[in-house]
Amino acid sequence: MRLLFTILISLLSGISFSIYQQKPLEQSIEDGKEIYADFCLQCHMAKGEGVKNAFPPLAKSDYLQDIDKSIHAIKFGLKGPIKVNGIAYNGNMINQGLDEEEIADVMNYILRSWGNSYDLIITEEKVASIEK
Amino acid sequence: MKRKIHFLICSLAMLSYSCDAQENGPKIQTPSTIDYSYEVVADSIDIPWGLTFLNDNEFLVTEKAGILYHVVDGVKKEVEGLPPVYARGQGGLLDVAIAPNYSKTGIIYFTTSSPLGEEKGGHTALYSTQLEDNKLINTKLLYKGDYNTKKGQHWGSRISFDDQGHLYFSIGDRGNREVNPQDITRDGGKIYRLNLDGSIPTDNPFVDNDNNRKAIYSYGHRNPQGMVTHPETGKIWVHEHGPRGGDEINVIEAGKNYGWPVITYGINYSGTPITDITKKEGLEQPLYYWLPSIAPSGMAFSTSDIYPDWKGDLFVGSLKFEYLERLEIQNNKVVKREKVLDSIGRVRNVEEGPDGYLYVGVEGKGILKIIPKS
Repeated sequence: MRLLFTILISLLSGISFSIYQQKPLEQSIEDGKEIYADFCLQCHMAKGEGVKNAFPPLAKSDYLQDIDKSIHAIKFGLKGPIKVNGIAYNGNMINQGLDEEEIADVMNYILRSWGNSYDLIITEEKVASIEK
Repeated sequence: MKRKIHFLICSLAMLSYSCDAQENGPKIQTPSTIDYSYEVVADSIDIPWGLTFLNDNEFLVTEKAGILYHVVDGVKKEVEGLPPVYARGQGGLLDVAIAPNYSKTGIIYFTTSSPLGEEKGGHTALYSTQLEDNKLINTKLLYKGDYNTKKGQHWGSRISFDDQGHLYFSIGDRGNREVNPQDITRDGGKIYRLNLDGSIPTDNPFVDNDNNRKAIYSYGHRNPQGMVTHPETGKIWVHEHGPRGGDEINVIEAGKNYGWPVITYGINYSGTPITDITKKEGLEQPLYYWLPSIAPSGMAFSTSDIYPDWKGDLFVGSLKFEYLERLEIQNNKVVKREKVLDSIGRVRNVEEGPDGYLYVGVEGKGILKIIPKS
């Protein structure tokens, strides 16, 4: 019985390993926090509050409701007029050169910080599926 | 006890508030009359990082994402043959500058964020090259900072020259302020000096110890993105981004330590202090510091007679407040600051052209030429 159980476990973990090497959510959020501090914080600020009329907020931002659009913006950059929480912005966020794992991590961090409380877990695969 | 703690927190909060709020003068002014306009001489460039003139009608512009443009009479063409550019965070294709002996040698220098090397990530590199039929030829790597890191911040990197055959360039602290800027055996947080062929001058300040990075000329810098040779003294003037507050102008002297992060007039972006001192023996004081930060990029003196009221003044781009700043300096003191091209966009660069006009690199726009109304 014990042997069978062991085989089952190793089979299962083998399968999940082969499908995707998703790291634990806590680790992803932790890594995302560091990415945020390095690449995002200077404009979007320490509490995701943004800068009035220049850089839109990420904290309680309605823009995040469209996850695909949010990932697209980080992956490819975002230029031109947008509306966030009813306020118009017309800026240019350049593509920061982050890889898919880093984008997933920073999304997982943003979605759970400063009053944001999404359950959704962003995976590398999800980021990879977003095309230009 | 609880009350005591509460009091402590309040006084700490007030302290940091007052540090943050205290503005360093002279206050920035908006001119009452504006007797200049501008024209766009190269358009549609997202981040025009570097600019150098080959002659009155031809110039090179770097686009941070990794494109080098050759502009002839307003027509912009992409130059082929760039080495690998590591476009990440604040990094990418950075400054470009013709050699002082360009008319004889055709040599052009440029800096870029580079992935070359063994470790993952990148560091700032300096190259020399020549332009032929819109291609770069004889491209040579003169210096490559190490160790690579995946950090996105603080690459420097401006290029300037003295009249004794030296090239100067900057590398920022690469997002590792606790380690790099104060350690002369490592790259990052430094101003470097090389001979024009890339060799290290034998009279550089740190050549006596083989562990040192011998190209280092000064250290203790955070992220210098402005550098210009003073038209009269020939000294190298540099400005650097502070953290929150504490952007600085420094006049560079051989072997000196400019203090980052031991002393600074700035605080962390989060509002917490970095250090409680702004002065220390053996560490240089800036000629000027900006509080609040303007996020300076690009630096030029106006030396021509085209703008008579501006002759001798220093010009610095502000990424944060989206204007070009004019600074009047008397006896090594900033006595007046004024906005030029207010609300124009993020000003990335400013250069004086060989025709004496000021040319300004503005993000999302391109290169603007400032024209006096007469």
